[in-house]
Amino acid sequence: MTAPGTRGRAFVYGDNVDTDMLAPGLYMKFGIAEIAKHCLEAIDPDFAKTVRPGDVVVGGENFGMGSSREQAVMALRELGVRTVIAKSFAGLFFRNCVNLGVAPLVCAHAGEIAAGDALDADPLAGTIRNARTGAVYPCEALPAHLLAMLEDGGLMPHLEKKLKRGAA
Amino acid sequence: MASTLALKILARASGVPALRQGEIATCKVDLAMMHDSGGPRRVKPMLEKLGVGVWDPSKIVLVTDHYVPAVDAESAAILDLTRKWAAANGIARFHDMQGICHVILPENGYLKPGMFAVGGDSHSPTGGAFGAYMFGIGATEMAGVLATGEIWVRAPGTHLVRWTGALGKGVSAKDIMLKLCRAMTLSAVKYDVVEFAGPAIEKLPMIERLVLANMSAELGAQTGLIAPDAVTRDFLAGKGVELADADLARWRSDPDAEFTRTWTFDAAELAPQIAAPHSPENSDAAAAHKGTRIQQAYIGACTGAKLVDLHMAAAVLKGRKVAAGTRLLIAPASQRTTTEAAADGTLATLLGAGAILLPTGCGACAGYGAGVLAEDETCLSSTARNFKGRMGHPKSRVYLGSPYSVAAAAVAGEIVDPREFLA
Repeated sequence: MTAPGTRGRAFVYGDNVDTDMLAPGLYMKFGIAEIAKHCLEAIDPDFAKTVRPGDVVVGGENFGMGSSREQAVMALRELGVRTVIAKSFAGLFFRNCVNLGVAPLVCAHAGEIAAGDALDADPLAGTIRNARTGAVYPCEALPAHLLAMLEDGGLMPHLEKKLKRGAA
Repeated sequence: MASTLALKILARASGVPALRQGEIATCKVDLAMMHDSGGPRRVKPMLEKLGVGVWDPSKIVLVTDHYVPAVDAESAAILDLTRKWAAANGIARFHDMQGICHVILPENGYLKPGMFAVGGDSHSPTGGAFGAYMFGIGATEMAGVLATGEIWVRAPGTHLVRWTGALGKGVSAKDIMLKLCRAMTLSAVKYDVVEFAGPAIEKLPMIERLVLANMSAELGAQTGLIAPDAVTRDFLAGKGVELADADLARWRSDPDAEFTRTWTFDAAELAPQIAAPHSPENSDAAAAHKGTRIQQAYIGACTGAKLVDLHMAAAVLKGRKVAAGTRLLIAPASQRTTTEAAADGTLATLLGAGAILLPTGCGACAGYGAGVLAEDETCLSSTARNFKGRMGHPKSRVYLGSPYSVAAAAVAGEIVDPREFLA
């Protein structure tokens, strides 16, 4: 997950960014490296070429609607995106994000973020600081069990820890 | 405490007397369904890393539907891995190339009221048509379920969606859902539950009710429920599953249950609906899109290629021909669908009109299988989603409609109100 203080540039999109944009069906039979090259190409052909580790994707309402394919999250993670900010998320995509250690931050102020803004996102504190404007946006608090999962890096490392503890 | 159907099922599955909206519950899974795309090829390495096997092979249903039949080395390898995993893990309920997972479950009587089930596919709410709480999850979360037999749920609110009256000729469950995508929008439900009720819903056969629950996914619902009734009981009896009166009485929302919102619509006023690119929300009466030329008409997927869907298409196509310059592709939702359509003469009608029969499976719906679109092509499809690039090239255009509407457009070469062909 995003280490506190990590700064990333904002890539800003609108409402209803869907899973087929994030992980197009035509490439789903391939590994994640290939799928990631086509991430968001239907709405931003330059995204996969220009995004850098630590950058942040920002959407409007219902981000991630559509399929259960978690390659939609994995493609972003493959490209180094560890935080997604939106006014609201599709429920299934939201779960997939946490399961894969990518922080989904629900933020009513997502619309105030402009493309290229430098953002400091802190999922644990539930805040986003916009370095361009100086504004600090509060996010909806994640429930404790999901914060714990995010802190462990996702569901699998979280379960590994739990199973080990159970066996000990 | 008065409770919704959703909360009753979740309370049962989490072993508590009652749940309040917003509580986090850990539920025991009664059935876990996976397919070849999100299934073994993804969960196998995760389970190996955890060093655990599946918690209960008898609760798992595995289906190959996304990459069938194999067309290249990658898809063949995915199917091969799936078959080997099924054998190695003792999965008895493995349905290989028999149809789409959301249709395989009802066909085999695997779902019944009050069950708590997960599926590795976003259209898993389809199971809600039986009054089962079924929802879609990603592969990592499926690996978690396979390892532990449990999953967390936030106790949801319920949107009650009532349809009064009765559907007119040439209007179907698909039209109900396209209408709702516009009226309710895709972002209003926010992962709460949708429960369908009212006289128009009670009149629908099980196979049509599946469409309502299926496209609850488009409304952003975690699942879409229909309380079981005599229609449910008769359908399941045909599958060898007996429901007691107590099951029907138990699995319904209490009369004084609190709903997040109640929506009411009149089925008698509903015209055939078409959703324009690139969202199911862009729906309107078919007549409003009259004259839109199409190159492809597609009848396929869990949403729109079951036996009743093929019957709708045949009602339009009987004695007619697909227009020159338009192709009509039909990928039946299951092998049983194809067999039954062959036996009752439906297939002969479709083929006689010039339809091209594709293998059963998810096909072109999500751009995986045969029938994908070229740049600038336009398709009218009986599937559930028309996101940008979903059925092929990012610059192709997908309209959504009922099988009636798709068949009518195939004959006309352009979108029309299908009732023109159903006099």
